[in-house]
Amino acid sequence: MPVQTEPPKIEIRDGRPGSSAHGVGTAKVAVRDLNFFYGRVQALHNISIEIPERIVMAFIGPSGCGKSTFLRTLNRMNDVIPGTHVAGQVLIDDHDIYAPGTDVVELRRRVGMVFQKSNPFPKSIFDNVAYGLRINRMTSSGSELEGRVEQALKDSALWNEVKDRLRQSALSLSGGQQQRLCIARALAIRPEVLLMDEPASALDPIATSKIEELIFDLKKQYTIVIVTHNMQQAARVSDTTAFFLLGKLIEVNSTEKMFTAPTEKLTEDYITGRFG
Amino acid sequence: MDLHRHLDDELSSLRDRVLLLGGEAEQALERAMYALSERDSEVARQVLEHDDQVDQLEVEIDRQCIDIIALRQPAARDLRFVISVAKMAPVLERIADHACNIARAAIDLNNEPELKPVLDLGRMAEHAGKMLRSALDAFTSSDAVMAREVIKSDNEINDLYNHTFHRLIELMVTEPATATRDARLLFVAKHLERIGDYVTDICELTVYMAEAAFIKHTN
Repeated sequence: MPVQTEPPKIEIRDGRPGSSAHGVGTAKVAVRDLNFFYGRVQALHNISIEIPERIVMAFIGPSGCGKSTFLRTLNRMNDVIPGTHVAGQVLIDDHDIYAPGTDVVELRRRVGMVFQKSNPFPKSIFDNVAYGLRINRMTSSGSELEGRVEQALKDSALWNEVKDRLRQSALSLSGGQQQRLCIARALAIRPEVLLMDEPASALDPIATSKIEELIFDLKKQYTIVIVTHNMQQAARVSDTTAFFLLGKLIEVNSTEKMFTAPTEKLTEDYITGRFG
Repeated sequence: MDLHRHLDDELSSLRDRVLLLGGEAEQALERAMYALSERDSEVARQVLEHDDQVDQLEVEIDRQCIDIIALRQPAARDLRFVISVAKMAPVLERIADHACNIARAAIDLNNEPELKPVLDLGRMAEHAGKMLRSALDAFTSSDAVMAREVIKSDNEINDLYNHTFHRLIELMVTEPATATRDARLLFVAKHLERIGDYVTDICELTVYMAEAAFIKHTN
C-alpha cells in the first residue's frame, strides 16, 4: 500500500478550489510520524502531514480508517479515552502539543472542536456562547462579554436569527441552528484552529449549505480541519484533502487535483466508488 | 456495489454512443468524398438526409452527460471521461457537418462538366479519414500515446491543403472558365483541413481523459 512518509507540501489557494494559486503559507499544524494505539490496537500508522494556516483541509476515507481518531489527536481529545497511547509529534506553531507540561485546557482553547451531533448545553442561547468566556475569565465586563457573544454569533452566521431571543433555551433552536450555535461557542474563545468532525452529517441540505458557507467564510480567520463522509462536501468546502485508509495516510493533495486526477490508485478507487 | 455497477453501465453506454457518433461522422465523410469523386449526387443527398440523425445523437449524448454529472456526480477518471465525451460529441457533429458541406459541393459540381482530378484532395480525404479512425481508436483504448501521434499527423493534412490551395489558385488563373468550380473544390479542401483540426481536438480530449493533462493550445 503506498503511504506518504514525508509531510506533503501543499499549495495554499486563495478562494475556492479552482481559483488561481496565491502563494505558499507556513504550516499551522505539522504532524511527524504519528502513531496512535487503542490499547494494543494500532489505529494510526506513521502519519506525517502539514496543515497550512487559514485553509480548509478535509479528511476523507471509509469508516474506521482513522480520520476522526487523527482529528482528535490534534487537540488531545483522545487523552480522555482510557488505554490510548500516542507516539510521534503534533506541532502547532512549532510547539509539540504532546510535550510534558503542555496545558491541555489552553491547547483546547486554541484548537476548538465541533462534533457530529450538536451538543448545546441546556442553557440559554447567550449562556451557551458565553460559557467558555466565563469559565476562562476571558472578559472583564458585562458589555465586553455581550460584545464577544454577539461577534461569535455573527461569525457563525446565526446572529440575525437569534438576536431577539438570546435568553431563550438553546434547545429551542433547529438542528442546523444548534450546530451553528456550537460553532459560535467554539469561536467565542477565539481559537486558532477549528476541528470539525462531520459537522453537517445530521443536517438537512439547507442547514448543510449554511454550515458549508460558514466554513468558507471562517477560513479567512481560522485554520479548519473537517472530517466528512460526504465527498461532495469535501470537494465543495476544502482547499486540500487528505485520504486515509486503514489508519494510514494515503494521499494529500489540493482538493481540485484529488477529485479530478488523484495521484494514488487507492484514492482514485475510493473517490470513484470502486473501492474493495 | 450495485450503484457503482450502474454507473459503470451508464459510462459504458455513453462510450458506445460517442463511438457510434464517431462512426457516423467517419461514414459521412467517406460517402461525401465518394459522391464527389464518383459524381454520385444520390449518395451526397443521402449524406445530407442522414445528418438529422447525427444531430439527434449529439443531443442524446449531451443529455446523457448532464444526467450522469447531475445524478452520479462522477469524480477523477470517471469525471474526466464524461467531460471529454461531452466536449467530443459536438466536435464529431461538426465533422459530420463538414462532410455535409462536401456533399453539397459534390451535388453542385456534379451538375457541371467534370474537372481534371485534383489528386491531393483524395489524399487529404484519405488522411482525414485515417486520422479520425485512429483518434477514435485512441479514445476507445484511452491511449494518450496514440492520440499524440494522431495530433502530429495533422501537419501532413495541412501541407496537403497548402499544396492543393496553390494548385487550385493556379488553375483559376490559367483556366478562368473553371474558376467557380475550382473555388468549390477549394472549399472542399478547407473542409478537409478543418476536419483534421477537429480530429486534433478529439485527441487532445483523449490525452486529458487518460492523463489529466491539458495539452490544448500548447506546442
